[in-house]
Amino acid sequence: MSVFWALCRQHMVLAWRGGHTTLAVAFLFIGVTLMPFGLGPELALLQALAPGLLWVVLVMTLLTSLDRVFQADYEDGSLDQMMLMPLPLEFVVLAKLLGHYIALVVPLLLAVPLAGLLLNLAPAHLPMLLLAMAAGSPALVLLGGIGASLAVSVRRGGLLTVLLSLPFYVPVMIFGAGATQQALAGEIDATRLAILCLFSLASLLAAPVAMAAALRNAVR
Amino acid sequence: MPKPQKKFLPVPYAKPADLQLAGVACTRGMRRLFEGVSFRLKAGDGLALYGPNGSGKTSLLRQIAGFLPLAAGTLSIADKAPYGVHFMGHADALKNALSVGETLAFEAALWGAPKAKDPLLDTDRWLTHLGLEGRAWQAVGDLSAGQRRRLALAKLCLAPRPIWLLDEPMTALDEAGRHLVNALAGAHLAAGGVLVASSHVPLDFTTDALTLGAAA
Repeated sequence: MSVFWALCRQHMVLAWRGGHTTLAVAFLFIGVTLMPFGLGPELALLQALAPGLLWVVLVMTLLTSLDRVFQADYEDGSLDQMMLMPLPLEFVVLAKLLGHYIALVVPLLLAVPLAGLLLNLAPAHLPMLLLAMAAGSPALVLLGGIGASLAVSVRRGGLLTVLLSLPFYVPVMIFGAGATQQALAGEIDATRLAILCLFSLASLLAAPVAMAAALRNAVR
Repeated sequence: MPKPQKKFLPVPYAKPADLQLAGVACTRGMRRLFEGVSFRLKAGDGLALYGPNGSGKTSLLRQIAGFLPLAAGTLSIADKAPYGVHFMGHADALKNALSVGETLAFEAALWGAPKAKDPLLDTDRWLTHLGLEGRAWQAVGDLSAGQRRRLALAKLCLAPRPIWLLDEPMTALDEAGRHLVNALAGAHLAAGGVLVASSHVPLDFTTDALTLGAAA
C-alpha cells in the first residue's frame, strides 16, 4: 500500500514542480475571462450562461492537463519500470490519477467560485454547481486517462487524447449541466447528482483496467 | 574509489533463481529478429548478450521482462513469485525535477524496499556507495549522463530481486562506475541471482555469452 501512496505523492510533487497546477488554474481563468469578450458584457445573459460555461472550461482544462499524465513516463522509461513495481499496473495508474486529481482538479474546483464571479454567477447556484463538479470530476479524470493511455506512444498526442476522450465526456456533461440547470430553478437535484456519482464509481471500476491494457500495449 | 560497502550489496535471495528459454523467437514489424534462442540460467549464472546493432539484444531482454510477447518458444521463470525481475534499459526512468535525495527516497518506497535498506535512514552513505557523495540536494536534471546511470543503479540494491536484466549497463560510466557495476553484479550472482546483460564491450562478471544475429 505504501507503494501506492509513494506513486501518488511523486505524481503530486512532479505536477507542482513542473508548474502543471499553476498552468491549469491559469488556463481556467483565461478561458473564463475570454467568455464576456465573446458574448458581450450583458450581466443577465452571463448569469444565465455561467454554469454551462464553467463546465465547458473545466472540461477543456482537464483534457489539456491529462495528455501528459502518462506521456512523460513513457518517454523517460518510467512506464517500463511501472510494469515491474510491486503493485498491479491497474493500481499504479489509479495512484497516478489520484495524484493528478489532488494536485490539479482540487485546486481547479477551489478556483471555480472565483472564476464564477467573473461570469456574474449567482451565489445561490454555486453550491449545486460545485457539488455536481465534485461528483462528476472523478469520472472526467478517469475517462480522460483512458484517452491519455491510448495516445501515449504518439508524440504530441494531446489533441488525440482530447479526441479520444470527448465522446466519453458527453454523458457526464449532460447530467452535470442538467443538475446545474435545476439549481437555476432553486432546487437541489439529487437524482442527477446520484447519476454523476454512478458515472464516477463505474469509471473507477472500468477505467484502470482499460488504461493498464492500453499501457501494456504501448511498452511493446 | 571508495570500496562498495557490504551493507548495500544484495544478500542471498530467498529462492534460487532459475530462468529458462526454449526456442524463443522475436518479430518486430514484419522482420524476424532472431529465432531458436534457448538457454537456461541457474543461481549464479550471468549471460552476456552480444551482437551488432539491431540484432535484437534489447528485444530479448524486454521479452524476458514480459514487455514483448514471444513470437515462438517458451519462457519459464522458476520463482514466478510476482515481481522477481529488475530491468535497466537505455532510458533511466529518473525525474529531472526531483533532487538526488528525493529520488532515492521515492525509489525505496516505489520498490517496496525493506526498512533496513531505506535510504532515508542513511542517504549520505547511499550516495557515497554510488559515487555521488554530497549531491543529495542537486536536481537530477543537473547530473551528467554517467551520474544519472549511477543513480539509476540504486534501484537494483534497494529491492532484492533474483533476476536482473541489464541493457548495456556500462554505457556512459567511467572506470569507477564500471567497478561499481562489476561489484553489484558480482554480489548479485554470489547471492544466488541470475542476470542477462547486453553489451558491446566484454563484461567481467558474466559466466556465459550468447551472440545474436551472427551470420544466422
